Amino acid sequence: MYGWLFRHLPGPLWFRILLSAVLIAAAVLALMEYVFPWLAETSFLPSLTDSTIGGS
Amino acid sequence: MAVQVAGELLITLGIILALFVAWQLWWTNIDSNRAQQKAIDGLFEGFDLPAAPAPASSPQDFGEPVVMDPLSEEGETFAVVYVPRFGEDYAAPVTSGVGTAVLDNLGLGHYPATAMPGAVGNFAVAGHRQTHGKALDPIHTLVPGDHIYVQTAQGYYDYVYRNTQIVLPDRVDVLAPVPTDPAAVPSERFLTLTSCNPRFGSQERIIAYALLDSWQPLSAGPPAAVADVVAANASGGR
Repeated sequence: MYGWLFRHLPGPLWFRILLSAVLIAAAVLALMEYVFPWLAETSFLPSLTDSTIGGS
Repeated sequence: MAVQVAGELLITLGIILALFVAWQLWWTNIDSNRAQQKAIDGLFEGFDLPAAPAPASSPQDFGEPVVMDPLSEEGETFAVVYVPRFGEDYAAPVTSGVGTAVLDNLGLGHYPATAMPGAVGNFAVAGHRQTHGKALDPIHTLVPGDHIYVQTAQGYYDYVYRNTQIVLPDRVDVLAPVPTDPAAVPSERFLTLTSCNPRFGSQERIIAYALLDSWQPLSAGPPAAVADVVAANASGGR
């Protein structure tokens, strides 16, 4: 899958390596900034770090 | 081919799970620390600090502590907590409310309906032990006699740490005006910190109690032990 993707990126080899790095960085950033906060918010996971007494 | 794609997807999933752990334990701290510093900066703009810090004179008695009015709205930052034991540049804002919106972004949250800083009763505050700025991570390092300073627009309240208790999460009596004795009428001024226990879990709560020792108005300058970090905050950021 990733091999197929890499072969179908445009440009010379150095450009494709650079482009892959940028794409991976963008994916990580999207996860950190949007996906994970959303996941923690809608949490099906019990809170790992609830620090309050009673309630919540 | 299908096996290869499935394998790559599983590897990807594994990497994403590892990234999620990294996000929880590390990334959330970066976001929260930035938000906390911003909250402190905003709070300091409203403080009437003396232009030149007063010299660290001998302790003076300023009488009964002046106490601010209770806040009705959640999400208002009204105090800064300094704990030299947690590091000489340790400063954490206190915001009304203990919902996730407060605790996940702004450090410490004040339990509604508990006393305000310096008041007779129990000034109770919650903070994360891990993730989201982990404001109370080193709570277990407190030693009896350690000072916990709370700064509001009124002044500095100097609490002295006394003891720690580990309880189950349903023990709301630790928030009582006299902690763990809900029927008692308070005559002393408590500070109670609550956080999760163990450090990377939340099966229990760790509770730290402190008692008010002294008080001084903002105009008297900060206590010597926190003068540097107060000055750093006053000049905008550490």
